[in-house]
Amino acid sequence: MLDIPLDVQANLPVLIVLTPLLGGVIATFTGRGVLPWLWSTLVTGVTFALTIQMMMTLLASGEPFISYELGNWPKWWGIEYRVDLLNAFILLVVAGIGFITTVYARLSVQDEIPDDRHNVFYAVWILAITGLLGITITGDAFNVYVLLEISSLTVYALIAMGKDRDRRALTASLRYLILGSVGASFILLGIGYLMMVTGTLNMEDMHNQLLRMPDLDTNRTILVAFALLVVGLSLKMALYPLHMWLPKAYTYAPSAVSALLAATATKVGVYMAFRFLFGIFGVGFSFYAMPSHFVLLGMASLGIIFSSLTAIRQTNAKSLLAYSSVGQIGYIVAGFSLANPNGVAGSIVHIFNHAVTKGGMFMALGAIAYRVGGTDMKHLRGLGKRMPLTAGALALGGLGLIGFPLTAGFISKWYLVSGALDAGMWQLAVVVLIGSLFALVYVWKIIEALFFGEPTGRTAEATEAPLSMLIPIWVLIGLSIYFGVDTSFTADVATRAASSLLGGLP
Amino acid sequence: MIEFPPGLILVLGALLLPFASGVVRSALALLLPLATLVAVWLVPDNAHVTVPFMGDMEMTILQWNPPTRVFATIFSLMAFGGALFSLNQDRKVELPAAFVYAGSAVCVTFAGDMLSLFIFWEMMAVGSTIVVWSGNTEASGRAGLRYAAVHFVGGAVLMAGILAHVFALKAGGVESPLELGYYAFGPGGFDALSFSGVGDIAPWLILIGILINAATPPFGSWLADAYPEASESGTVFLSAFTTKTSVYVLMLLFAGTELLIYAGLIMAVYGIVYAILENDMRRILAYSIVNQVGFMVCGIGIGTEMALNGAAAHAFAHIIYKALLLMSAGSVLYMTGKRKCTDLGGLYHTMPITMWCGIIGALAISAFPWTSGFVSKSMISQAAADNHLFLAWMILTAASAGVFLHAGIKFPWFVFFQKDSGLRPPDPPWNMKAAMIFFAGLCILIGVFYEPLYAILPFPAAAGEVLYKPYTVSHVVSQLQLLLWSGLAFFLLLPVLKRTLTITLDFDWLWRSFFPWLWRNLLRPIVTVLGWIRDVFFIESKRLAAAFTREERPTGKADPFREWSLGSAMVLLTFTLFIFLVVGFMN
Repeated sequence: MLDIPLDVQANLPVLIVLTPLLGGVIATFTGRGVLPWLWSTLVTGVTFALTIQMMMTLLASGEPFISYELGNWPKWWGIEYRVDLLNAFILLVVAGIGFITTVYARLSVQDEIPDDRHNVFYAVWILAITGLLGITITGDAFNVYVLLEISSLTVYALIAMGKDRDRRALTASLRYLILGSVGASFILLGIGYLMMVTGTLNMEDMHNQLLRMPDLDTNRTILVAFALLVVGLSLKMALYPLHMWLPKAYTYAPSAVSALLAATATKVGVYMAFRFLFGIFGVGFSFYAMPSHFVLLGMASLGIIFSSLTAIRQTNAKSLLAYSSVGQIGYIVAGFSLANPNGVAGSIVHIFNHAVTKGGMFMALGAIAYRVGGTDMKHLRGLGKRMPLTAGALALGGLGLIGFPLTAGFISKWYLVSGALDAGMWQLAVVVLIGSLFALVYVWKIIEALFFGEPTGRTAEATEAPLSMLIPIWVLIGLSIYFGVDTSFTADVATRAASSLLGGLP
Repeated sequence: MIEFPPGLILVLGALLLPFASGVVRSALALLLPLATLVAVWLVPDNAHVTVPFMGDMEMTILQWNPPTRVFATIFSLMAFGGALFSLNQDRKVELPAAFVYAGSAVCVTFAGDMLSLFIFWEMMAVGSTIVVWSGNTEASGRAGLRYAAVHFVGGAVLMAGILAHVFALKAGGVESPLELGYYAFGPGGFDALSFSGVGDIAPWLILIGILINAATPPFGSWLADAYPEASESGTVFLSAFTTKTSVYVLMLLFAGTELLIYAGLIMAVYGIVYAILENDMRRILAYSIVNQVGFMVCGIGIGTEMALNGAAAHAFAHIIYKALLLMSAGSVLYMTGKRKCTDLGGLYHTMPITMWCGIIGALAISAFPWTSGFVSKSMISQAAADNHLFLAWMILTAASAGVFLHAGIKFPWFVFFQKDSGLRPPDPPWNMKAAMIFFAGLCILIGVFYEPLYAILPFPAAAGEVLYKPYTVSHVVSQLQLLLWSGLAFFLLLPVLKRTLTITLDFDWLWRSFFPWLWRNLLRPIVTVLGWIRDVFFIESKRLAAAFTREERPTGKADPFREWSLGSAMVLLTFTLFIFLVVGFMN
């Protein structure tokens, strides 16, 4: 890994985006059979390796960030890619999950999507990952919007590909397309206003220009830009009550797509919020001059409680997990809106912890859909006997959602409650605890179906999921346990990233 | 030398169990607890093992605390007895879960800081929940969920308390705010538990979190709700660890907190009232756990060395005889499939060993001289008397009589004697018999040779001195008097307790008019109100839960859980933007 050519080393940031971008386009021409999958595994694998290398380079350099100017244009005219600890970490998560879900996807995609569309599916799949990686790595506000559109459009297509299993995937996709476009245009407007005021698109430059403005706190244009951005981002990260696109999209998307989206898409939305709120506007403006503290915390708390309650009432395990995701986004948002070190660190840790836990759980449901043909509670009934390893993974993941000690979820909860108490917001601590209690109930529903029912229909003849699915599932679930026990890496990265965010670095 | 928590032998060994079968499984099931027991005694006196956690923190996972030895020993012994009793079960998950549960309990006793204590505490909750579920009935599934929910809330409250205290300590400049020493609130009594100040909420939260696990009213209903729904062997395991671990932690953190005296007294009385009302034999015994733990909690509240020794000794003795009683009840259930007192009776014909073991357990729980209950319980009463706590002493004495009434006589009488139910089952399989005989032997052995138990108590006697003399003439005589009178009272009250009984006794006019009067005007109202409270907890709470968990159905009504239509989603989106603008503008 260390012996990579110097050219690669010097151009790492752009390669992380270019590799999947070209790989995705080439995937269109890979024809049928197993080739599209092989190709995408290769591409995502290489990308993952590049992000690992990126992280190691960053840690080895000792610098706070690595800046890369595209085409050697000075950054205030061209596009700057900028990697600091926070987005190196998010890149690692996105590329890692992207790779693991690709490995997992082969049988699931074979089962759910007609043969002649595999090459298209994988092409769009890789491009979606490209978009997410690009949003994360770029240091240019307009570039964020462009890549956001790439990832959004591809994700709409991916969701719609669930139509051969359930026609409702089409309306779910359309719904997301409409709402997502509105959200994206809000973001575009916000960026436009900001550019109007500051005259630049580079994030760091924007931040400096804003700080230099004497009427920063009272400028109407900035206020409108801020409101548009926050609402647009809230929609993209599915913050309650702007989550209305998410449950149906996750439920009817192909299984592998649900896993990928749940683990990465909303997380990148949260990352964008980090960049805009902390990086561009700065803590002082976002959380003290503006009411984000109050509004975001309120939305997050409502989200934790109401979406968990809604999750309890679902009869389809996939939509149950989807609503649970909305609740978990609530935890993440609540963490960073506290704007104190423990809260923000909790938020960052939870991005990772929730990604591996939920990704693993959605993949397990995909394996069930593969064997049984559906993810309704009635399909799950009694599967504990027929597919013990898959069911066990779901149960362990569920413990993580509840936030049980020795799972990754506990670590996030610990930071979050610490942050809430630091800020004197004991009410939030209560909300977090109530949310975990509701999580217990909905996780219980899954466990009850899995282990206490008697299998009927196709469930009764189901056999354990194939190894090519089990291994990725258990890698993620294993990670969620591993990072609950040994937290040195995640906790260290998160606390350092949190302090740099709060320090106002763009 | 052992340099790791001995409980891990059980926890990790449990993971091997599902892969073994036949003789290997039986051997593992019996050897793992014994290995743990040996390991407990091999831990060096100055052991101190830490592991790093969450970057900058350190957890002390192995350390001797004063009550560690007595609790760790009995927990390991209990795991052995329970494993022996459950050897003929074919449930795959129950025994491993019970071992995780027992092993975590042992780990709790060796924990040297609050965080590791909390982690093992939560692992116990998972293990025990799975044990409840292993009852494998609809009812046990539901009960398991309620059980898990209660313990989860308890854990959350405890964690909140710990966090709040950590922050108070950090603000005070303490370097390692997780050390157990900072959490010993006890000697301050009520002072530590005041509401005057932000930091002071922490001891309350911690106390409530622990009391939930100790089944103290009003948080105590989970115990009698869940335990009788587990399998025959599951209940035996459950009876031992959760409440006694709470006793251990209370002893560590809250020794001498006056509030606990009253909490303990309430528990002692509460357990008796409900046990008298109950018809399910294992639920009677479950309520009597609450009653017995009440004695221990009261002893901790008194907080003198004698009282704490008494509480620890009583926990030791109690685990054995309560397990014995539940094994006896479990054997009856296993052989007959019936659990209601009114369906049973006359079993002494064909289940002599079960009957005798049940009676020995009943005598022990009633603190009959020369049984284990006598040498432990009298220490607590003595401590109350020594501290001139007259009310406490009175209630404890009355409760002792009550114990004899419901657990000492009611259980064996209704199950083994009474009317003949016509059931003629044989004694249970050999391993169940062996486990009962083993524990029955222990009950008597400890009652007669009590010195080894006294030697491992938290505050052993100084060299050359005697810790406590249970067998003085006055102790024995007064205890016998108490038992005889309450025994008499039982048979006098039989018609009231169970109107269908055909036994009539010649009682004189005073009793004929006085007891019914007492019942009608004093006891029955109390009992009715208590029963009503129980209904609210069990029935109304279920109804509420059902309302929240009912599955989504399309309804025309406005409903916060309904899926948003696209149009209203747009309106909402715009509205959110509006809110942001307005609030931002007003700032």
